[in-house]
Amino acid sequence: MIRRALLKAVAVPGYQVPFASREMPMPYGWGTGGVQVTAACLCPEDVLKVIDQGADDTTNAVSIRRFFERTAGVAVTERTDAATVIQTRHRIPETPLAEGQILVYQVPIPEPLRFLEPRETETRRMHALEDYGLMHVRLYEDIARHGTIATSYAYPVKVEGRYVMDPSPIPKFDNPKLSDCPALQLFGAGREQRIYALPPFTRVVSLDFEDHPFDPSKADHPCALCGAEDSYLDEVITDDAGGRMFVCSDTDYCAGRRAAGHQGALAAPFEEAGT
Amino acid sequence: MTAPERAFEEGAGVSDRPLLQVRGLAKTYGARIGCADVSFDLWPGEVMGIVGESGSGKSTLLNCLAGHLAPDRGEVIFDTRGHGPRDTVTMPEPERRMLSRTDWAFVHQNPRDGLRMGVSAGGNVGERLMAVGARHYGDIRATALDWMGRVEIEAARIDDRPSAFSGGMQQRLQIARNLVTGPRLVFMDEPTGGLDVSVQARLLDLLRGLVRRMGLSAIVVTHDLAVVRLLADRLMVMKSGHVVEQGLTDQVLDDPQHGYTQLLVSSVLQV
Repeated sequence: MIRRALLKAVAVPGYQVPFASREMPMPYGWGTGGVQVTAACLCPEDVLKVIDQGADDTTNAVSIRRFFERTAGVAVTERTDAATVIQTRHRIPETPLAEGQILVYQVPIPEPLRFLEPRETETRRMHALEDYGLMHVRLYEDIARHGTIATSYAYPVKVEGRYVMDPSPIPKFDNPKLSDCPALQLFGAGREQRIYALPPFTRVVSLDFEDHPFDPSKADHPCALCGAEDSYLDEVITDDAGGRMFVCSDTDYCAGRRAAGHQGALAAPFEEAGT
Repeated sequence: MTAPERAFEEGAGVSDRPLLQVRGLAKTYGARIGCADVSFDLWPGEVMGIVGESGSGKSTLLNCLAGHLAPDRGEVIFDTRGHGPRDTVTMPEPERRMLSRTDWAFVHQNPRDGLRMGVSAGGNVGERLMAVGARHYGDIRATALDWMGRVEIEAARIDDRPSAFSGGMQQRLQIARNLVTGPRLVFMDEPTGGLDVSVQARLLDLLRGLVRRMGLSAIVVTHDLAVVRLLADRLMVMKSGHVVEQGLTDQVLDDPQHGYTQLLVSSVLQV
C-alpha cells in the first residue's frame, strides 16, 4: 500500500499522495513517515545509513539504524557513498549522491501553504489550480519585514514548473542539491499521512523575486575540524565567554576529510583523536 | 496612467455589446428560493445597484454572479478579453479563478473577509499581482504604494497589518487590493455597511471617483438607498428572490411603481 503511494508520488513529482499511515514503535515527530517509507524500500541486500541533522551518531539516527538492523536484517553504514538507502532528517549529505541511491526524508509538515491557508480543502484546490500567489506573499512579507528573504529552512520550491513543494526542514543551503539529483528522493510525513517524491534528475527551483534572488546561505566560516569551506556548518558554543566553533553538520563528510589529511583551526591530529 | 484608464479615455472601453449578460438565473436552497428568474444586461462603464431587504436574495445573486455559488439554472455570460462572451457558470474552474484574479473584483461587506489580516497592507495589495505572475519585489511595492495613495492611506503604513487599521481604512485597503489588477467588473456587497456616516461619505466619494476614472462596471448590493443614489446608474429592486422592479436609479427612486419599492423609498428617514 505504501509502495503504491510511492509509485504514484514518483509518477507525479511534488504531488502529495495521501496514504494510511500506520502506528510505528515511536512517537509522531520522530520520523514515523521516514521509517515507513524506508521499510517499504528496503531489500535484504541494501545498505542503510541514517542521519539526523547530518549526524550519524545522534539518538534518533542510532535508534532507527539499530531498529532496521534488527528487524530487516540489512547491513548498515555511516558512509554516504557506501549506502543504497539513506534516511535523513533535515539535511542532504555533502557527498554528492549517485544513481541507484534512495534518499528518504522525514517530513513534519508536508504542506507548504499550511501557515498561509489553514483549510486542507482549500490548499488542495490551490495545488490543483496552481494558485500559488500566496507563496510569494509569504516571501514578500519576509522582505518587507527583514529586508531580505529570511526563510532559512523549509524553503519552498517549485517542482518541474508545476507543484510547489516543502522540501522538509532542510537548510536552504541544501536546496540546490534537490535539483537534478541522480538519486531518487522520497518524502514521508507520518502524522500528516502524506508521501511525495522527486524522481532522479527532476528540475527543482527555489522560489524568489527577480530583484531578491534565492541565496543558499551558510555560516561564513570554514569548518573548525576539517577546514571545509563548502559544507553546511553547525555553530557550537564552547564556553560561557562567547567562545564558539563552527563544524560540519555532516559528520561522515567531516570525518572523511580529516582521514584524508585535511585539518581545521581547532582540530587535533586525526590519529590522536581516533584513539 | 494605468492601462484601463487610458483605454477608457480613448473610448476603447466602450463596446457595442454588454459586459455581462444574465439570463434566467436561479438558485434555491432546498425548497427555499435564494433568487429566481433574474435576467439583465450590464454594459461597460455602467454601475448597477441591487436593493432589497435582508433575505431578499441580493447576496445570493451576487455570489452566483461572482462564481462563489453555483446557480441551479441560468447563464452568466461575461465578455472576456481573450475569448469574447463566455458563460462563467459552465466555464472550467481554473479559468473562472483567473477571471476573479484579473478582470473581476469582489469587495466584501466585512473587510476581514476580503483581506488577509496576518499580512501587511503592502502584501495584501500585492497578492493579486503576484498571483498573476509579478515577480519583481520593487515593482510590486511601488504599485502597492501607488494604490495606497489612491485610496488615501499614508505610505508610511505599508508594512502595518490591516488589524492595526480603522474600519474605514480596512475597507479602503480592500478596495485597493481588488482594483490593483485593473479589473473591468467589480462586485460590491454592502461596501459601506458597518461604517459611520462620515467615513461612509468619504468612501462613497472615493468609490465614485475610482469607478468613473477607471471606467469600471460595477454591481453594488446594498440596502442603503443613499448609496445607490450616489453610485448607481441603474437600479434593480429585489423581494423574496424575485426582481420586482428595475430601471434608471432616479426613475425608480423618484417614481416607484411596485408596492414594495414605494414602501422601501418611503421608509428612508428624511433628516
